[in-house]
Amino acid sequence: MSTESAPAPQGNVAEEQRPRIAVSALTTNLREYGLILALIAIMVFFQFTTNGTLFKPVNLSNLVQQNSFIIVMALGMLLVIVSGHIDLSVGSVAGFIGALAAMMMVIWPLGPFSNPLVVSIICLIVGGAIGAAQGYWIAYHRIPSFIVTLAGMLIFRGICQALLGGGSSVGPLPDGFKALSSGFIPDVIGPLTLIPPTVNAAGKTIMGSGLTLHMTTIVLGLIAVLAYAYFGVRTRRKRERHGYEAEPFALFVVKTLVGSALALFLVYQFASYRGLPVVLLVMGVLISLFVFVTKRMTIGRRIYAMGGNSKAAQLSGINTERLTLMVFINMGVLSALGGLIIAARLGQAVPAAGLGSELDVIAAVFIGGASAMGGVGQVIGAVVGGFIMGVMNNGMSIMGVNVDWQQVVKGLVLLGAVIFDVYNKNKA
Amino acid sequence: MASTILEMRDITKTFPGVKALSNVNLSVEEGEIHAVVGENGAGKSTLMKVLSGVYPSGTYDGQIIFNGEECQFKGIHDSERKGIVIIHQELALVPMLSIAENIFLGNEHARYGVIDWDANEERTSALLKKVGLKEDPKTLITNIGVGKQQLVEIAKALSKEVKLLILDEPTASLSEKDSQALLDLLLEFKRQGMTSILISHKLNEVNRVADKVTVIRDGRTIETLAKKDISEDRIITSMVGRSLDDRYPPREPDIGEVVFEVKNWSVYHPIHAERQVIKGIDINVRKGEVVGIAGLMGAGRTEFAMSLFGRSYGRRISGEVLLKGKPVDVSSVSKAVQHGIAYVTEDRKTYGLNLIDHIKHNITLANLGGVSRHSVIDDMRELAVANDYRKKTNIRASSVYQMTGNLSGGNQQKVVLSKWLFADPDVLILDEPTRGIDVGAKYEIYTIIARLASEGKAIVVISSEMPELLGITDRIYVMNEGRIVGEMPAAEASQEKIMRAIVRGEGKAA
Repeated sequence: MSTESAPAPQGNVAEEQRPRIAVSALTTNLREYGLILALIAIMVFFQFTTNGTLFKPVNLSNLVQQNSFIIVMALGMLLVIVSGHIDLSVGSVAGFIGALAAMMMVIWPLGPFSNPLVVSIICLIVGGAIGAAQGYWIAYHRIPSFIVTLAGMLIFRGICQALLGGGSSVGPLPDGFKALSSGFIPDVIGPLTLIPPTVNAAGKTIMGSGLTLHMTTIVLGLIAVLAYAYFGVRTRRKRERHGYEAEPFALFVVKTLVGSALALFLVYQFASYRGLPVVLLVMGVLISLFVFVTKRMTIGRRIYAMGGNSKAAQLSGINTERLTLMVFINMGVLSALGGLIIAARLGQAVPAAGLGSELDVIAAVFIGGASAMGGVGQVIGAVVGGFIMGVMNNGMSIMGVNVDWQQVVKGLVLLGAVIFDVYNKNKA
Repeated sequence: MASTILEMRDITKTFPGVKALSNVNLSVEEGEIHAVVGENGAGKSTLMKVLSGVYPSGTYDGQIIFNGEECQFKGIHDSERKGIVIIHQELALVPMLSIAENIFLGNEHARYGVIDWDANEERTSALLKKVGLKEDPKTLITNIGVGKQQLVEIAKALSKEVKLLILDEPTASLSEKDSQALLDLLLEFKRQGMTSILISHKLNEVNRVADKVTVIRDGRTIETLAKKDISEDRIITSMVGRSLDDRYPPREPDIGEVVFEVKNWSVYHPIHAERQVIKGIDINVRKGEVVGIAGLMGAGRTEFAMSLFGRSYGRRISGEVLLKGKPVDVSSVSKAVQHGIAYVTEDRKTYGLNLIDHIKHNITLANLGGVSRHSVIDDMRELAVANDYRKKTNIRASSVYQMTGNLSGGNQQKVVLSKWLFADPDVLILDEPTRGIDVGAKYEIYTIIARLASEGKAIVVISSEMPELLGITDRIYVMNEGRIVGEMPAAEASQEKIMRAIVRGEGKAA
């Protein structure tokens, strides 16, 4: 009762609505903006403390390649956490899938089935099946997800190690497969040389001298930025056409400009190195897909409703059991993809692949503002959360901070982010 | 002449953007039962939170004078130390702890942190005796009914040497019998000299026990009535600011052919598999007709409705559901919704709403297909739908982006109703549609029901308030112990007739 607004005469509502929405657009998005600003602040901080190494093209590529699997799995974990569950098994499943892929490609005589593409597809299906197996108990028998996936974590780590025959690693993996993690998109347009590289007296070019741009990357980047701006403007127009106030124009312009500038800067950095990493492209496509699913599709809406109040969702005609199962199948597929990315980056399958990564993934989602109670959380938040963790890892490593202390810092950041959230919520 | 024990002077409390209380005055004399009434959102609970220190001194303006001294409570502990104890609407007991453990929770008889269980249980027994509850202090809270839990809450309050007992809607979830017992207990306390403040929607209860009534409307004190001036009509007039000669909107029934029919419906208990909860029920509803289901608490009405609605309750369900004469499959909620059946729950917070999401998303949840194409939601259409229903059902909120958890009970109920109206059902089952909401909002809900009936929908209303059923329905089924024990046109029905059917039915069931 305390929070109910005074009963206003109905006639006034239309006039009241405009300024209110302007204010609420800012406050509701404050967290998202705050998170992105925090990421930028952290990046700038490490840019200085690492003497400019962080933003070096080669390091940016490394950063993406090292952290992509966390972000890929965080996309699935976001849905799991929003629906009110948790999945502790993702690190072990990733490790197991990596081992499975390596065995299929290197050890087992599978003939044409050891082709990297075929193996990858089979591995994704196996991941989905693992998700289904765990999700079945959670959805249809109401066994707490914490317990089911804790069991999964033990089981799949064990199978992973057994498959690799104790402590040994299996490799090397074929180059075609490794391209998933360490490859760059081919330059179909052809490079543009702005400054020709210096040639030394011995007739050899000096590494890193000159400036050649990877034009396919530049073109893709421009298309992405233009699409971003176009869809932003279109949504605004649509709102206005229907007579609804969108967020304030100045805010929109600043947001779009800052976002575009940042994106173009990163694209330029990648283009001046070897182009877009393949894994960044994969990640970008997946992020867009999950943003769309959670924001615009009915299934996304249903997941949020189920996490917010499962009984009410059920009584609204939502098949919560099937939905839970699907969330875990999705998680399984993305864990498998994460496992493939890890294996491709290492060039081999090792027994400890993905060990402990479930905690990084879960931390990314919570730093991104998801609620442990379910029903609340954004894809972009989880992605930014993942990058915050990644940049801190990378920056602290370059600075030479001891791994032990890196953990302490990451723990404090997680705690701080959640305290900030709770404090904000109570104030509102 | 009794002295004034509590005086609240010019209390003003502002929340961002909203003035919840403005210059409210409340004066309570020692030894009286003082009722505070008002619509939901009028500010009663806010006032009590100010009094008990939930909103600490400094966050509001005005003075609180208790027992002759001005008090500035920093928190609930301060007010409890002075003997002001509040029992909230939602019970605050720990279900898996015993009665004794709950009563002395945070206040245990202990030395150096070691609990003296004998002393606790002895004190508990004495307290339970005072409230007339015959239970072993070791019984777990989860094993006793809501009525008894309410008594445990009161015993807990008594353990704190209470001088002023505040009860916020104490009978909201109690049966008629338990409510009576509770009110008797209040009167007994009064004889022993205790002062209480009773916040209630149920005017007949206020009428029965209160010595004085203070009416609050829109955050202001309207008037305080003395015992001789208290009457339901007078209170209602003062609560809503207009005279409510007719509590039910007028309506011209236009009743057509039978639309919805249930034949020989039987349901067994979900846990105790041998217990039959619903025993072969037959009902039918015509187009444009409002049919009531009367009965006491525990008659099986909600169980019946929920088992019909996609088997959301019970097991071993048998029977037939016919829509316009054709048997239909309602074995899942989505199938029932597809066939045009909607069920509006009696417990909107647990079963009706996603409280951490806003109005817009709640309204479209049961019919996302209606605002999407190829599973992609059209944001603009959804917004238009939400605004449309907000207007139609008169939901009071700053915008459709307000969280439903922040709405008052009446407005939450309108959101749940909107959700099901947007699903466009032919048959609408409303379970206690006006529970816990105020007189003004009730009238609005009745108006919506009347309009739906005139649009040709078949409506079933389950209600424990017999005057409500008599006021808004065309025909009434009486249910008892899982059976239909009577059926009568509303025009010929009366509270006595319904009660007689129930009593006769009990004889039959035995």
